[in-house]
Parts: sequence; structure tokens; C-alpha cells
Amino acid sequence: MLRATLKSLLSRKLRLVLSGLAVVLGVMFVSGAFVLTDTMGRSFDSLFSSVYQGIDVNVTQKPKVGGDQDVGPSQQGNIPAATLDKVRAVPGVASVTGDATADGARVIGKNGKVVTTFGPPRLGGNWVGTSDLLQLREGRAPAADNEIVVNVTTAKSAGGLKVGDDVGVLTLQPGKKVFKLVGIFGYSGDRDSLGGSLEVLFTTPVAQELMLGEKDVYSGINVTAAAGVTNEKLRDDVAAALGGEAGGFQVKTGKQLTDETTKSFREGLAFFNNVLIGFAGVALFVGTFLILNTFSIIVAQRTRELALMRALGGSRGQTLGSVIIEAVAIGLIASVLGLAAGVGVGVLLAWVFGNVSGVALASVGVPAAAVISAFVVGLLVTVVAAVLPALRASRIPPIAALQEVATPDRPLTKLTVSGALIGAAGGTMLGLGLAGQGDNTLWLILGGVLVSFIGVALLTPLLARPVVSLLGRLFSWSVPGKLGRLNSGRNPRRTAITAAALMVGLALITGVNVILASAKQSLSSQASTQVTVDLIISGDGDDNGPAKFDPAVMDAAAKLPGVSSAASEYWDFAQVDGNGTGISATPDMAAYASMFKLTATEGTLQWTGPDQAVIDTENAKKRNLTLGSTMTMQFTRGEPHQVKIVGLYQRSDVMGGTIVSGDVVKDYRSAQPSWGYLRVSDGASVDAIQKQVDQLLVDNPEVSVANRAEYVDAQSAQFDQLLVMIQVLLALAILIAVLGIVNTLALSVLERTRELGLLRAIGMRRAQTMRMVTVEAVVISTFGALLGLAVGTGLGAAVVRALKDDGFTKLAFPWSQMATYLLLAALVGVIAAVLPSIRASRVNVLQAISHD
Amino acid sequence: MTTTVTTGQAVAARAVDVWKVYGSGEAQVIALHGVSVELERGQFTAIMGPSGSGKSTLMHTLAGLDSVTRGEIFIGDTRLTGMSDGDLTNLRRTKVGFIFQQFNLLPTLTAEENILLPLSIAGRKADPKWYETVIDTVGLRDRLKHRPSQLSGGQQQRVACARALVSRPEVIFADEPTGNLDSRSGAEVLSFLRNSVREYGQTIVMVTHDPNAASYADRVIFLADGQVVDELLAPSADAVLDKLKGLDAKVESAADASQAG
Ligand SMILES: Nc1ncnc2c1ncn2[C@@H]1O[C@H](COP(=O)(O)OP(=O)(O)OP(=O)(O)O)[C@@H](O)[C@H]1O
Ligand SMILES: [Mg+2]
Repeated sequence: MLRATLKSLLSRKLRLVLSGLAVVLGVMFVSGAFVLTDTMGRSFDSLFSSVYQGIDVNVTQKPKVGGDQDVGPSQQGNIPAATLDKVRAVPGVASVTGDATADGARVIGKNGKVVTTFGPPRLGGNWVGTSDLLQLREGRAPAADNEIVVNVTTAKSAGGLKVGDDVGVLTLQPGKKVFKLVGIFGYSGDRDSLGGSLEVLFTTPVAQELMLGEKDVYSGINVTAAAGVTNEKLRDDVAAALGGEAGGFQVKTGKQLTDETTKSFREGLAFFNNVLIGFAGVALFVGTFLILNTFSIIVAQRTRELALMRALGGSRGQTLGSVIIEAVAIGLIASVLGLAAGVGVGVLLAWVFGNVSGVALASVGVPAAAVISAFVVGLLVTVVAAVLPALRASRIPPIAALQEVATPDRPLTKLTVSGALIGAAGGTMLGLGLAGQGDNTLWLILGGVLVSFIGVALLTPLLARPVVSLLGRLFSWSVPGKLGRLNSGRNPRRTAITAAALMVGLALITGVNVILASAKQSLSSQASTQVTVDLIISGDGDDNGPAKFDPAVMDAAAKLPGVSSAASEYWDFAQVDGNGTGISATPDMAAYASMFKLTATEGTLQWTGPDQAVIDTENAKKRNLTLGSTMTMQFTRGEPHQVKIVGLYQRSDVMGGTIVSGDVVKDYRSAQPSWGYLRVSDGASVDAIQKQVDQLLVDNPEVSVANRAEYVDAQSAQFDQLLVMIQVLLALAILIAVLGIVNTLALSVLERTRELGLLRAIGMRRAQTMRMVTVEAVVISTFGALLGLAVGTGLGAAVVRALKDDGFTKLAFPWSQMATYLLLAALVGVIAAVLPSIRASRVNVLQAISHD
Repeated sequence: MTTTVTTGQAVAARAVDVWKVYGSGEAQVIALHGVSVELERGQFTAIMGPSGSGKSTLMHTLAGLDSVTRGEIFIGDTRLTGMSDGDLTNLRRTKVGFIFQQFNLLPTLTAEENILLPLSIAGRKADPKWYETVIDTVGLRDRLKHRPSQLSGGQQQRVACARALVSRPEVIFADEPTGNLDSRSGAEVLSFLRNSVREYGQTIVMVTHDPNAASYADRVIFLADGQVVDELLAPSADAVLDKLKGLDAKVESAADASQAG
């Protein structure tokens, strides 16, 4: 039995290659993701272990804000210089160094633009001398307050800074400062940076003032242990000397720091990994359709062979077994190939990542997870997809199968009913997920989408007949076209599964597209109806929040002739009543309210003193707050504020939440605004004022001024980027669907060899034969595309409707994009038909008609 | 060789010293051994011979479905030897009709569409009068909208005959057209073929194993080992049987075996 199975397996190479390819691609994606994240993970490990090299114990202030996942990097408080002496007095301490470092020192490059990174921080700190780790490559240490050194990566990224250059740096204090570059440093092991971080080192007082905002304070204290003292003992001693838990300090060993940093990066990587695996899942889901179809066809063609085996005494189990063996064989081979390809892809992507980020890559390894997932996924998908048709085949009584010339089409009732039920279940899950709140919503939504897809896929055969015949009418003007249409309607199940595979990818793309188009349209309609701002100053941000600019710019802009009103908005992370959140503050609430058409429902929208806030009615209700209530707000620096609610307002689609009075920003991480809003008086030229504001911003290269339309466009551009990314990632699913079309066509051509021979004998040209096959492919692919567009539109519309209260006021359909997808699908059909149609046109007439 | 010499005008198809060799070396098979035949216009010719004697090969080469190793083939005045695939396709569209033993029809098309298929592939219209005549002759008027799966084997073969006739080809080639039919349906198809020769002057070449079927023909050509060995004009079933028995004893037994199978 085994030998017979393997023999028949080898005799169908083409089919195996095609269905195997789907598994290979899916497995490749999964294992590639694991290899990539593993390599990156180990690269970071070795990176962080050296970052804290030479630090035995480290002391920081317990963060005032942070420890909550909604809040970005923890915001360390400042340690007074006197604490250093306390630590120095602890027995067992060999040396103590005060560190005055914070993220947010942005160097202005030779092109006048701020140097950016893809994630690594831009650190500004104090020079504490060279060490085993830090080496001066060129020049000397900073000695005067106007001198800095930068690491090699910074010098390179800034367009080739040289010792002696004047370098502009943006810090956490307002305004651009210019320094003389006196040295360039690197790290041991010939590294230009630690993990791609950009670093600027000042003299200690300058670092304290510009990066920490206070004189004589430090962000951390690094301690080394005297000989014979363990790090753990030293840690405990230092902690005790500083007053233990209650002292408000965190004391950790270097190893602890390394582990913590590594852990948080690993978590970030794990998320990234999950996203990749999610897309791999889509690809594999689509691949399952392809394999399912292939095996249905293989089994259908082998019905007689299988029946003969049974007539000769093979049991039903053996019939089933023979198909499963076949599936396992394909699954195994495909998993091995997929794993190999995945390692290749992972290495390639890691290499790209290493080059972009400047992180020195660890050696490439293949983690167990990659191997296990490759085989589990590859085998599971293949076997599951093969078992269904095999079960069907094993149920056919041998004699029936032997006599049957062709398996007749079974009625679709059962399929349709189960499709409707499953579709309804999927829809319900989706509805619940979208309506609901809490932890399970995401899973409900994802599950709902998946189950809906299966439901629709099961309904597809029913739709196939009418839709395909309707679509086919477009091609019926020529005889080959008509024959192609008839062929595509011949086996609705096969056509349906093939089309459904294409549907999945396209539905996801269309769904996302509908959501993004709706978001864009909502945004622009809100901008025109709910905002009276003419010019907006803003910029991109980083991990620490949106870009900031000098508040002096706002003062100057407000005085420009033609500017009728101006408001600025500050932003930082904060703990509000114990919860981490981002919070906005504005010095002039009245101007701000008029910019966003906010009106008070209770109290006033105006500051009458310090520590005041307004809040929208919805949030107030949710948090049980009323006019006059106070909230406890802890900002990055300083003591907690008791902030009193002086006004409530009706939230709009663009504006909601808490807005705090401007006096609190002195305790913000950086007391600089992130947004500036200007209204231009009637009759004044917006363009002219925009140019003037532009001039005011020369020393703030991270932000720019835009009019309302430009601002909306810039925001929309982000959506477009997201869309492109999703399209790229889903392209794999589409590719597999195309393979499915090729596969189905190739099998159809094979099955219809005799018919093709007949057609050629009675006068059909090669070109006509090719056209016939092409029409069949195009009908299938456009059918799949139509399904995908319909399902995707439905999904997208459901999501948009569910998010109605979150600013999705408009439901928009990206018609032109959708038309493009449809055209592309037709094109895909043509491409998929190339090989099968060539094969069809090469059919040897004689062999075809004498073939039995 | 005892073929009737006729003028070019009266010959629908002819083979001149045709050789067909399959394979090479040890595995070489000479399927046709210098065959020369002329098939007269308006005649019903049967080709008979033991299994493996080259009947199908001869027919395929005559029809332009297969190339020859040596020699020449003509349909009417057109020389087929060395034609391109496109030219051969054109020739099949205009000058040749086919009836195969089985799988003659496309399952997706109705009987009527199948009949008109060669014309519609070529982008031509049927002559309505001739079409009506053909439909009436094959007696399928009430079955035109049916699909092949809804027709009996005999009806399917008649549809195939109608399809071959409707484009009025120079020659119709039929390879064992009644091979899969019972004697009654077979007789129907054969008399229909003979009628189209008698009444409309159609030229038909038919390969058969059945002396009875051959008796419908005007002329029977006997092949053995890839050569024309004999012929009969206006044959009766008995005369054909006698001739077959007269062939080489070894070959005869092979022929019998194939008839039995
Ligand atoms: N494609 C081929 N390759 C090799 N040999 C072939 C091929 N086709 C036919 N032959 C050989 O050529 C010879 C003639 O074959 P052909 O099919 O013409 O015989 P036939 O008279 O039609 O037989 P039957 O009555 O069994 O149909 C046979 O010996 C056959 O084996
Ligand atoms: Mg034959």
C-alpha cells in the first residue's frame, strides 16, 4: 500500500510542486519571522550586556510617571548631587559617578535637518571620561561649556561631522544651541555606537541644565564595588544607606539592568514577531484552500484507483491512510524547504535591519521555535487540508467508483446550510467584538473575521454558478471565450475554492482600505467643520512624544500682523489619579476652546488660576468627576498637583479628554509646546503669514507650519503608508491565491486533454485554445476579487460603524482603489493562465484523442 | 496496386508512397510501408485490416493530424506535407471533418452548439438550408437543446456525424465510428453516412473492424503490416469476411483477437 501510494505520488509532480509551494511560502514566512526576531533578540542581548559593562550597582530615582504600559519610557526623576556623597560613604564602594543623561538631544545635520533614527534613542549626557567601554577616537574631551563630543554614528548620520565643526543641538530646553565639536568617540570592539543610539556628551553642568532641567542633579548614579564585595551585597548596602524602599530610590545591579532592558526589548520583539506570524497565518489560511483544492482534485482523479485498491482488499482505513501518507510526505518536504527559505529570509531581513539601525548583528541561529513551528504548521495544514477529501473518497463504495466515469456533482445544500450557519456565527462574533469592550474584543474580532471567511468560502460554490455565468457573458463574444466561461462554471466547488483563496487576501486589503478611507474623510470633514484653525505648527515625534518647539516662536507668531488668535498645546506623560496617560496643557484655554469650537456645558473654559483643568462630559461621567472635583496629577518632575475641574465641555470628534492649565508645564519633561494653532483675521493672507511663521521656525527644524489642508494631507499620508505596508504583507496571501489559480487551471487542462484534442482536431487554433484557458482564469480571478471586495467592504463598513463614536463620522469607499484591485485581479488571472494555456495549446491532438 | 486511376478533380484525398516510422533502433516500428491510395470524391471508402496494421495511422496522416516520415499527402489539390500548424488548422476547418470512436462532443455544449462548433470556431455561419437538411437527415430535431450526457451513445454519434457534415468538408474521416455502439444504433449511423454519400456527394473514409460496417461502403481497402494488400468494390459482408480470412493466417488470428476484444 505504502509503495503504491508513493509511486502515484511521484507520478504527479506538477500538482505536488504547486500545492507544496503554498505550504513552503507559508512556512517560510513563519520560520523567517522566528529567525529574524531571534537574531535581533540576541543582537540586543549582547548589546545591552555591554551597555551596563563597568557598572556594578546603579541608583535612580523611582520614576514619578511610568510603570504603566500606556506610558512610554519611564521618566526618571532627578537625584540631587548630595546623594552621591551618601553613596560614596557606603563601605565597599570603590567609585561613584553621576550620570546626567536623557533621551532627546537632537543634532542638526549638515543638511539643516534633525538627525533621526529608526527607534534607538538620541541621548544627551555628561562626559565622565573614557573607560574600557568608551574610547575617544578623535579629538579630546569637552572641557568648556560650549564644547561637546559625539559618537561616531552621530557624526556619520549627521552627514560627516568633523572635529572643529559648529554643531546645532536641540535639547529638552527651548531653542537651538550651537556647540563646538571637540571630539568623536566610539566603543570597544570597534563599535560606532551602542545599538545605533545617537549620543551627544556635554560637560556635566551643561548636561544637567539642558537635559535634566536643573543644576546639580543627576539622572542616575553608577557605582563600582571594591574588591571582595559582591554586587548584590553592595546593592543592598547602598539601598539601605539611601533609606530603603521609602527613600524613593531604585537600586539595581548592572546585571539586573541588563536583564530588564533586554526583557522589555524582547517583549517589543515578541509583538513584532506576532504581527509577522499573523500575516503568515493569513498566508497559510489561504494556502489551506489551495491544498484542499489540490487534494480534492487528486482524490477525485484517483477515485477509480482507490476503488480498485479497495476492490482488491484494501480497507477504508488504508484508503484514507494512503491519502494521508501523501499529505504527510508533501507536508514534510514543504516544511523542510519552507524552513530553509525562512532562514534565508530571516537572515536577509536581519541584515537589512542591522544596516539600517547600526546594531551589530549576533550570529544567525535557527531557534527551536522556528523548526517546531515550521513542521507543526506545515504538516498540520497539509494533513488537515487532505483529510477532508480523503474521507469523502473512502466513503465511496468501490463498485460505484469503478463504474463511475466522472464523479457527478453532489448537491450543494449541505454546504450552503453550513456556510450560512458558520457565516452567521462569524458575523455574530465580529459584531460582539466590535460592540464589546474589554480584553477579548480583539480575539473576538479576529476570530469573527476568520470564521466569516470560512462561512463565505462555503457559500461560494452556490454563488459561483450565477456570478460566473454573469461574469462570463462579458467574454462570450468569441467562441473560445464562451467555452472558457462554460469551463469555469463546470465545477463550482473547484472554482469557488480557488476564488475564495483570492477573496481572503483581497477582503483584508479592502477592509483596511475602507477603514482608512473613512478615517481620512472623517478627518478632513472634521477639520473643516469642527476646527477654526488656519495654521498649525507641528512635527513628528519619537518615543517620548510629539516633537516640540521653542515657546518663544508662539509669542512671536501671535504678534504677527494678521494673526487674530494663537493657542499652543503642550503634551507629556503623567499619572492621573494613579493611571498613566498622556496629558495636554494649554496656557490660554479661551483661545484654545475657540480654535476647536468647544463650549462649556458647566463652569467656564477659561483659566482663573493655577492647577486647573477642563474635561469633557463623557469622560467626567465615566470617571465620576463633576465641576469642582480635583484630580491628582504627577508629571515627570516635581511634586503631585491637585488639579481642580473648572469647566466641562461637550466632546467633539476631534477634541475630548482633559486639558490642564499652562502653569503645570514647568513640571513637564520638556516645557515646550508640541502644537501651535493660529487663526488668521479675515482679509489677511494665510499664505503670507505661513511664510512668516516658517521664518520664525528656522531654529526648530523638527516642526513645520502647515495650513489646514496640508495638515490633513500629512495626517492622511500616514494612513497611506500603513496601507502600503499591509498590502506588501498580504501580497504573499495573494501570491498563494494566484498559485491556486495556476494549479486549478493546470489540473483542468490535464483533465480535459481529450476535449482539447477534439477542439484542435475540428479546427481550433493554438491562440484560441490559449484564449479559452485565459478566459477561464480571468473569470475565476475576477469572481474571487468581487467576493473579496464585497466581503472586505462589509468588514470595513462594520468596523467603521462600530467606531462611529471614536471619530469615524464618515463611511467612505475607496472606489478607485477597488476598481484597481478588480483590474489587477483580472490581470492576475491572465498571468496565472500563461503556463496552463501554453500547455493546453501544445496538447498533441493524436495522443489526446487516442488517450483512454 | 489496383487503385483506380482518376483525374485530380475526382480525387478527394491521396497518399503517395507514404512511410510512417515510429521510434528508432531496436524499438523502431514501421507503421506505414510505402502506402499509395487515392480516395475518390463522392465515395464511401472503408479501411480494414488486422489490429496494428496501420489503419489509424493512415487515416491520421491523410487527415493531417500526423506527419509522415516520407511521401506526400494531398487533400484535393492541397499538399499537406510540410504545412505549419496554423495551415493545418485552417485545412481542418475548411476541408476535413472528423468522427471519432468516442468523446466526440463537448459536455458543456448542447447538441446544436456541438454541431455548429467547427463553424463557430472558424467564425463562419452555417448555410441554413444545408443545416436544416443535415438535422433532418440525422433525425435529431427534438434533441437539439440537449447536452451530450442526456443523449444515448447512438444519438451522440449521430450528433458527431452532423457536426462533421455541416461544414461540407472535402473529406470526412471516421475512426471506428460504430465501435462503441450496439448493432442497431450502428446500422443507423452507417446508413446515415451512406446516405450522405449517395444523396449529397460527401466523401467519407472510415476505419472499421466490422465486415458488416464495411459492407455499407463503396470500396474497401485492406491493410496488413503497413501496406495496402487488397481492395474490394461494392463489397458485401461475406465477401469482406472472405478477404479477411484470405489474409495471412498469423495476421488473421491477431485480427480475430482484436475483434473479440
Ligand atoms: N505513437 C506511436 N509510437 C510508436 N508506435 C506506434 C504509435 N502509434 C502507432 N504505433 C504502431 O504503429 C502500428 C500501427 O498502429 P495503428 O494504430 O495505425 O494500428 P491500427 O491498424 O489502427 O490498429 P487497431 O485496429 O488496433 O486500431 C502499430 O504497430 C502500433 O504499435
Ligand atoms: Mg486504430
